[in-house]
Amino acid sequence: MVYLTRKIEFSASHLYHNPEFSAAENRRIFGKCNNPNGHGHNYVLEVTVGGETDPATGMVLDLKELKEIMEREVMERMDHRFLNYEVPELAGQIPTCENIAAVIWRLLEPKIERGRLHRVRLWETPDLYVDCYGGGPAQ
Amino acid sequence: MKLELTRRYAFSASHRLHSRHLSEEENQTIYGKCNNPHGHGHNYVIEVSLTGPVDPATGMIAHLSQLDAFVQSEVLEPFDHTYLNKDVAAFREIVPTTENLCMEIFDRLKSFPGARLARIRLEETGRNSFEYAGEPDGANQHE
Repeated sequence: MVYLTRKIEFSASHLYHNPEFSAAENRRIFGKCNNPNGHGHNYVLEVTVGGETDPATGMVLDLKELKEIMEREVMERMDHRFLNYEVPELAGQIPTCENIAAVIWRLLEPKIERGRLHRVRLWETPDLYVDCYGGGPAQ
Repeated sequence: MKLELTRRYAFSASHRLHSRHLSEEENQTIYGKCNNPHGHGHNYVIEVSLTGPVDPATGMIAHLSQLDAFVQSEVLEPFDHTYLNKDVAAFREIVPTTENLCMEIFDRLKSFPGARLARIRLEETGRNSFEYAGEPDGANQHE
């Protein structure tokens, strides 16, 4: 088994707000992330695919293919967007790094036909990232 | 869905690698420059990885402000800008290699109440790092 990782960067804004909490609770729980106007990050996404190499090409999958999948599924959906309002897959969820990583996993996993999606690592800042390894819809 | 959240922290400290179980010559041979009697320092980077269910109300595995406060009081406050051999009780007895430091940090953080500690990764410099995830039988894991 060999793993390959491709990295891309996208920029997006978000805010944390749970309509079931009072304004004061939202402020207390989410702090600055509760600013109603939102705020942004440069997200860095590392997608790791594992598999056996094809003896004819020496590749697990063509990086160009992975690049196109990531472009179509992630960049076009999320780059320069307000995640709360413009990404339907995140509707009704707080767009935390955890939830965004899980959405990206669900978008990419069925599209990768050669090899198998192993890990989605999403950096929100240089000090914080989330790893998603799939494993079913429920927590 | 298996998710892990990782947060990075930094602290600066000095140490000296010297074992009381070894002779002066052996210490010098094994630890080399790290055996300098006056110690030397590093900018350490800690990666703290947590795992657990995502709370649907917050979308989070753990509250970062709670984790930051815990790491601050348990590790950064007692370690930052110290001489580990003298200022941290654990390293008066054992050699403060980055292996031992990594395990000591795991031990100090495993009781974090907000989520399960999955792993500590510790960078001594940009070129070397160490990881500890507790013992396989879970004996050393916080439940």
